[in-house]
Amino acid sequence: MTRLRALLAALTLCLAAGPALAVQPDEVMRDPAQERRAREISEGLRCLVCQNQSIDDSDAPLARDLRVLVRDRLREGDSNGQVVEYVVQRYGEFVLLRPVFGPHTWLLWLTPLLAVGLGGFGLWRLARRPVPPRPQGLSEAESAQVEALLHRK
Amino acid sequence: MLVEVGHFALALALALSLVQAVMPIWAARSGDGALREAAVPAALGAFACLLLAFGALTYAHATSDFSVQNVVENSHTAKPFLYKLSGVWGNHEGSMLLWVLILSLFGALVAVARNAVPPTLRANTLAVQATITFVFVLFIITTSNPFSRVAPAPMEGNDLNPLLQDFGLAVHPPLLYLGYVGFSITFAFAIAALIDGRIDAVWARAVRPWTLTAWSFLTLGIAMGSYWAYYELGWGGWWFWDPVENASLMPWIAGTALLHSTVVMEKRDALKVWTVLLAILTFSLSLLGTFIVRSGLLTSVHTFATDPTRGVFILAILVLFIGGSLTLFAWRAPMLRQGGLFAPISREGALVMNNLFLVAACATVFVGTLYPLLLEMLTGEKISVGPPFFNWTFVPLAVPLLLIVPFGQALAWKRGDAYAAAQRLLVAFALALAVGVATLALTWGGPAMAPIGLALGAYLVIGSAMEIVSRARGYGGSRSRDVATTWRRAVGLPRSAWGTALAHAGVGVVVIGIAAQGWATEGLATIKPGESLASGPYVATLDRVGPRTGENYEETTAFLTLRTRAGDWVGPVETGKRFYPSRKMTVTESGLKTVGVSQIYASLGEVVPGGAIGLRLYYKPLVLLIWLGAVVMALGGAVSLTDRRMRVGAPAKARAKLPPHAVPAE
Repeated sequence: MTRLRALLAALTLCLAAGPALAVQPDEVMRDPAQERRAREISEGLRCLVCQNQSIDDSDAPLARDLRVLVRDRLREGDSNGQVVEYVVQRYGEFVLLRPVFGPHTWLLWLTPLLAVGLGGFGLWRLARRPVPPRPQGLSEAESAQVEALLHRK
Repeated sequence: MLVEVGHFALALALALSLVQAVMPIWAARSGDGALREAAVPAALGAFACLLLAFGALTYAHATSDFSVQNVVENSHTAKPFLYKLSGVWGNHEGSMLLWVLILSLFGALVAVARNAVPPTLRANTLAVQATITFVFVLFIITTSNPFSRVAPAPMEGNDLNPLLQDFGLAVHPPLLYLGYVGFSITFAFAIAALIDGRIDAVWARAVRPWTLTAWSFLTLGIAMGSYWAYYELGWGGWWFWDPVENASLMPWIAGTALLHSTVVMEKRDALKVWTVLLAILTFSLSLLGTFIVRSGLLTSVHTFATDPTRGVFILAILVLFIGGSLTLFAWRAPMLRQGGLFAPISREGALVMNNLFLVAACATVFVGTLYPLLLEMLTGEKISVGPPFFNWTFVPLAVPLLLIVPFGQALAWKRGDAYAAAQRLLVAFALALAVGVATLALTWGGPAMAPIGLALGAYLVIGSAMEIVSRARGYGGSRSRDVATTWRRAVGLPRSAWGTALAHAGVGVVVIGIAAQGWATEGLATIKPGESLASGPYVATLDRVGPRTGENYEETTAFLTLRTRAGDWVGPVETGKRFYPSRKMTVTESGLKTVGVSQIYASLGEVVPGGAIGLRLYYKPLVLLIWLGAVVMALGGAVSLTDRRMRVGAPAKARAKLPPHAVPAE
C-alpha cells in the first residue's frame, strides 16, 4: 500500500484547500527567469502542514502563502540563498527538504560515504587475507606410495 | 453466517500454523519422519482456511453486508463492483488479511514443491514460515478483526476513499504484497539453514526461484504504485521519496542485492554468510515497511487507522523476528564454512561491488527515512529529509553501480581480464557516447544531465544486447562466422542469460525514461472555452466545460482538444473534478494522452464561475519508459525462472499455481 498514504495525504490537503492546483496561474511571475528561480527554491521548501510535500506540490493555504512570499522576496531582488535564509529564519530548519550539513546531520549526510567506505575497507581487508597456500606437488616418497597403491594387485 | 465461517476459519488457520510451526522442530529432535511431514498438510490447511476467510470477507464486501463493521466503513451500495472487490484490501484489516493469505500461499507452495528441497531444510523452512503466519494471524485476530459485526446494521456504508476507487487499488497491493511477503520464504530458508547449521549450493538453488519470484512481483508492484500516484495525484510526479515509498524501495534494493549474491553462491559456493544475512535483512525491511505503514509511526495522520495497540504489537513482531533472526545469525554464522576463492577482478568481484553499492544505497534510504524521527526523539530538533536529499545521495551511488553492470557481465568467473572485458564493451561505450553527444548537440542549451542520463541508459541497453551477441558468437576457435549460427546459438543460450540481459536492459530503459524527464515542460494558465494553452510541442484548446455523472460521483469535466504546434489534430483529452457525495470529497481526475511512449498530461484546477478554468498541461517525453522498463525487468525475472536449471530442481508444478495476475510471459 505504498501509495495509499501519499494519496491520503494529498487528499487531506485537497480537502483543506478545496479543489485547486498547486501553483495557481495568478501566482506565476511575469519574468520567466524569475519564475524558474521561484520554482527551484520552492522545490526545496517543505509545506509545513503536509507530509513530505514541497510547497510547489501542495494545495494547502500555508504552502500558497510561502510560494507568494518566495516570489515577493525575489521581486525585491533577493538572491536564491537570501530567500531561503529568510524563510528558514521565520519557519526554522524544518522547512528545508534538504537538511543543512551540520553536527546534527553529519551522520545523515555521511551515510553513503561511510557505507561505501567501510564496506570497501572490509572488502579490502578480506582480499588481503592470506590465501591458504596452494597444495604443493607430491614429494617423491608420496609419489612412490601412490604408485604402489595404484599398482597393487 | 458466512462471515462467522470466515472468522472461524481465521482462528483455525491460527491453530494450523501453530501445528505447522511446532511439528518439524519436534520431529527434528525425535527423528520422526512422519511427524516432520505433518507440516505439509498443515501448510495446505492453513492456506485453505485463510482463503476461506478472505473469500468470506470478499463476499461480505461484494454483497454490501452492512452488518460487518469493515464493510460499513469502506463500502457503499452505489460503489462500482470492481471497487467493491478491491475495497476488501483498501483498508487496514482487509489488507492484513491479504498479507497473511499470501504468506500462507507461499507456505503452501513450498509444501507442495516436493522434489526441490532436501526434506529437513523444507520442514524447517515451513516451520519458520508458519511462525510468521501464526504471529500475524494472531495480530489480526487480537487487534484488527475484519469480521466484527455491528448491530443494528446501518442502511448505507461510508464508502471507500475516492482516491482508492481506481484500478490501481485492484492490482497494486496484491502485486506489492506478493513481493514483500515472497521474501518471507527466502527468510525462512535462511533461518532454516542457520538452524540446520549447513548451507551450500543446493540451498542457493532452492532459494533462487523464490527470490526471483518475489523480486519480480515487487518490481511490478512498485512500478504500478508509482504509475498510479503519477496519474492520480494530479501533479505529474512519479516518485516522491515518501517514507511509505521508501518502505517498499528498501526491500527491493536489498532483494536485488540478494538476487545477485545468490548467483555467486550457487555458481561458486562463495559469499554464503553474506547471502544469509541479506536474506534476513531483506525480509526484515519488508517487515519494517509493514510496520511503518501500519503503525502510523512516520505517518501520524494519514494511515487508514492509527491505533497504539497495533503499533506496539507490530513493534513486538519486529523485535521478535528481526532481533531473533540476527541473534541466531550472530550465533550460528561463524559455524558456516566459507568457500570459493576468487580474484578481485572477476564476475564474483563485480557482483560484490554490486552488493556494496546496493547496500550503501539501501542504508542511505534507511537512514534518510528514519533519521528525522530519531533526531527528534534524541535532541528534539526537527528536520526534514525530502526528495532533494535523496536525489543528492542516492544518484551518486546508483551511477557507479549502473556503470559496472555490463562490465561485470563481461568478466569471467573466478579470474577475469579487465582489459578484455573493456574491449568487449567498446561498442556499447562508443554507441552510448554517440547517443549522448548527439542528444546534447540537438538539445543544446537544455538541461545537461538529461543527455548524460540518456547515454547511461543506452549504455545499459546496448551492453545487455552485446552480452547476448558476444556469448552467442563464442570465442576463439569456436567463434561463429555467420549470422545464422550466431542466431541459433543465441536461441540456445540458457534462459537465465536472456533473463539477466532483459532485466539489465530494463534498468537501462528506466534510466532513459527518468533522464528524459529533464525535458518535460509545464504550461499553466486560466483559460476560457475557445482559448488554448501550450506545453512543449503540443497545444490544448478548451472546447467546453460541462457536468458528467458516474455511478457514484458527479464530475465537472473540461473537454480539451490536443493539437501539435503545427496545428495537426492529436486527439481529445478530458480532465475533471469528481465529487463523491457519500464522502463529500472532491478528487482531480487527470487527462492523459499517450503519443508513442510520451504523454501529455492535463490536470484541471479551479473552475471559475464565468466558465474559465485553471489548467495545468505537462508534456512528459518518454515518460512511459519508466514503468515499461520496470515491466521489462520483471519479465527478465520471469524468463530467468523458466531456466532449465530451475525447472529441473525447482517447483515447476507450484509455480503454475500462482494467482492469475502473475508476471506475463511465464
